[in-house]
Amino acid sequence: MAMMRYAEALNQALREEMQRDSNVFLFGEDIGRYGGVFKVTRGLMDEFGESRVRDTPISEQTLAAMAVTASMTGTRPVLEIMYADFMPLVLDALINQASIYEYLWQNVTMPFVLRTQGGGGAGAGAQHSKSLDSLVAHIPGIKVVAPVTPADAKGLLKSAIRDSQPVVFLEHKLLYNLRDEVPEDPDFTIPFGTAKTVREGSDVSIFATSRMVLESQKAAELLAAEGIFAEVIDLRSLRPLDIDAITASIARTHHAVVVNEGWRFCGYAAELSATIMDYAFDDLDAPVMRVTLPDMPIPYSEPLELAVLPNATRIADAARAALK
Amino acid sequence: MKNSPSIEEQLEMHRKMVVVRRLEERLGDLHKAGKTRGPIHRCDGQEAVGVAATAMLGTGDFVTSTHRGHAHYIGKGVGVKGVAAEILGRATGICGGRAGHMLIGDKDKGMIGGNAIVGGSIPAATGMALSIQVRGTRDVAMCFFGDGAAQTGICHESMNIAGLWKLPVVFVLEHNQFGLTVHHTVQSPVADLSIRAAGYAMPSEIVDGNDATAVYRAVAVAVERARRGEGPTLIEAKTYRMQGFSTSDMGGYQAEADLAEWSRRDPITVSRAALVEAVGADRLDAVEREAIAEVEVAIDEALAAPLPSFEIFTNSAPYAQAV
Repeated sequence: MAMMRYAEALNQALREEMQRDSNVFLFGEDIGRYGGVFKVTRGLMDEFGESRVRDTPISEQTLAAMAVTASMTGTRPVLEIMYADFMPLVLDALINQASIYEYLWQNVTMPFVLRTQGGGGAGAGAQHSKSLDSLVAHIPGIKVVAPVTPADAKGLLKSAIRDSQPVVFLEHKLLYNLRDEVPEDPDFTIPFGTAKTVREGSDVSIFATSRMVLESQKAAELLAAEGIFAEVIDLRSLRPLDIDAITASIARTHHAVVVNEGWRFCGYAAELSATIMDYAFDDLDAPVMRVTLPDMPIPYSEPLELAVLPNATRIADAARAALK
Repeated sequence: MKNSPSIEEQLEMHRKMVVVRRLEERLGDLHKAGKTRGPIHRCDGQEAVGVAATAMLGTGDFVTSTHRGHAHYIGKGVGVKGVAAEILGRATGICGGRAGHMLIGDKDKGMIGGNAIVGGSIPAATGMALSIQVRGTRDVAMCFFGDGAAQTGICHESMNIAGLWKLPVVFVLEHNQFGLTVHHTVQSPVADLSIRAAGYAMPSEIVDGNDATAVYRAVAVAVERARRGEGPTLIEAKTYRMQGFSTSDMGGYQAEADLAEWSRRDPITVSRAALVEAVGADRLDAVEREAIAEVEVAIDEALAAPLPSFEIFTNSAPYAQAV
C-alpha cells in the first residue's frame, strides 16, 4: 500500500495500463504537455510520447465519436472530457453510436473509457458544477462508475481500461486531493457492479454516489449521536448496479435513503428509488427518501451554492423522515 | 494514366454498379408492393462513387457509410445476399435483421458501417484513422458523406483533427445536390464544398462522380497518400440523386431538366461506353446479366427466408440487465 491522492491514483492506473498494453492511448483537452487541468495525466506525455498522449482541439463531439470507432478497430482509447457539464456534447456518440453496435453487429467490441469530472462545491458556476449521472447511466450498453476513494479510483479505472465495453468514468472535482492508501499490485482491479459498505448500521440504509458518500458518512455520525444507526453504501458502480447489496442492506434496515448530487426529476436517485421498489418493496417499512440537487441551475456565490447542494444535514433529515 | 484502374478492375466496378442498380430497382418495386418495412434510401445514379472509391481498398481498410449506403456496402465486398436479406428484415440478413438497411456493418469486410445520424460517418472514419496511426499500420479509413452532412459541426471538427494529426483518412464527399429535399444552394454559400480543404491543410480534388474511372483515379491517389502517412484528402464527387430522399419521399422538388441531364450521364451508361471498345458488347452484356441474376437470386432467397425470432441478447451484461 502507498499513500497518495485520488488524482495520483488515477495517474498511476493510467501509467500501469499504458505500460501493460501498447494499444492504450490517451487524448483530450490539455491532458498532454500541461498534464490535465486536474493533473491526472501529469508526466504521461513525457513517458509515453505524443502519439499515445494527445492534446486535442476543443471538439468534444468528434473526440467522443472517434473514441468509439478507435476502440472498435484495435485500440483502447481513454478520452478525458474536462467537465461533466460538457457531456451533452458527447451524447450522440454514446446514445446513437456506442450504445448500438455491439447489439447490431455483435462481433465488434468498444473498449474505450470516457473520463470526466462533475460535481459542485468549487464555485465554478452553472456550466461547470453539475452531476449529469442519469444522462449516461440511462444508456444501454454503457457502464458507469463513480469512485470515491483513491484505491477505488485506481482499481475501477484499471478495470475500465481492460473492459471490452464502453465505460463512462465519473470523477468529482472535490475528490482529487483526497489522500488514502492505494494498493500497489499492478493487477489490482475492482469488478464493476460491486457496491461497498462503508459503514454498517441497523436502522436505515443510505445509498450514495460519488462525493455524496462522504456527506452520507458525516450524516451517519450525526444520526449516531441520536442513537440512529445508519448503514452507508457507496454504490461505486452506477451501471451495472449491485442490486444484491441494495436488497441485502434493506433486508436488515427496512428503510432506505438514496443520495445523488444530480437533479431530482428523472434523476439517478429516481432510478435508485424505482429499483428499490422493484426488488425490495416487501422489506420496506417506509417510502424511499431521495436527497438530490433541487431542479435548478447551480448558483455561483458560496452561500447560494451551498444552499442547493445536498449535504450531511439534509441526508440526516431524510433518514429521520424515513424512520418517522 | 497513373492510378488508372485496369480493364478488369473497370469491368468489376461495372458489374458491382449493375448489382447495386438492380438491387435499388427491386427494392423500389418491393416497396410499392408493400413487401419492405420502413424507409429505404436508394442511391440510383450515385453508384459510381461508392463502388469506385472502394475498389482499391483491402479488407484491412475501414469504410464508414451513410443512410444511403448500398453502393458502399457492395463496393467494399459485403455479400449481396446478406445485404438483401438484411434490408428485408430476415434472420439470414448480415446483421440478423437487427440493423436494417441504414446500419449494415460487416467487420470482416472492414465495412463498419452504415450510419444514419447525418454526419456520423465523418468522425467515425477519423477515429478509425487515429487507431491506425496509433497502431502504426498502413491501413486507411474512408468515410462517405453527402453535401448535407458537410454542413454539420462534426464535419469541421473531424477535418480539422485529421489535417492537424495527418491521419490516414480519405473523406469522400458524395455531392448528390440534396439534403433530404433541400437543394445545396439553400444549405451552403459555396458550390464547391471542397474549397474548405485548404483550411485543414489537406489537398482536395473535384471529380465527376458519375465516371467510375475518374473517381477511382482521384481516390487512389488519396489512398496512397494516406498509406504513406502524409495525411487526409478530401474528394468531392459531383453526382445527382435520381430517386427521392427515401421510398417515402413524395417528390416534386427535383427539376425535370436536371433529372434528364443527369440521366443522360448515368454512371452505368458512362462505364459501358468506356469499356465497350476494350471488352466488347457481348462480354458486357454477359457481365450485366450475371449481376442482375445474382440480385434476383439474393432477393428471392431473402423473401423465402424466415423472419428472425426475438431472443434476449445475453452476450453483454448491461444489455441483458436492461431487457
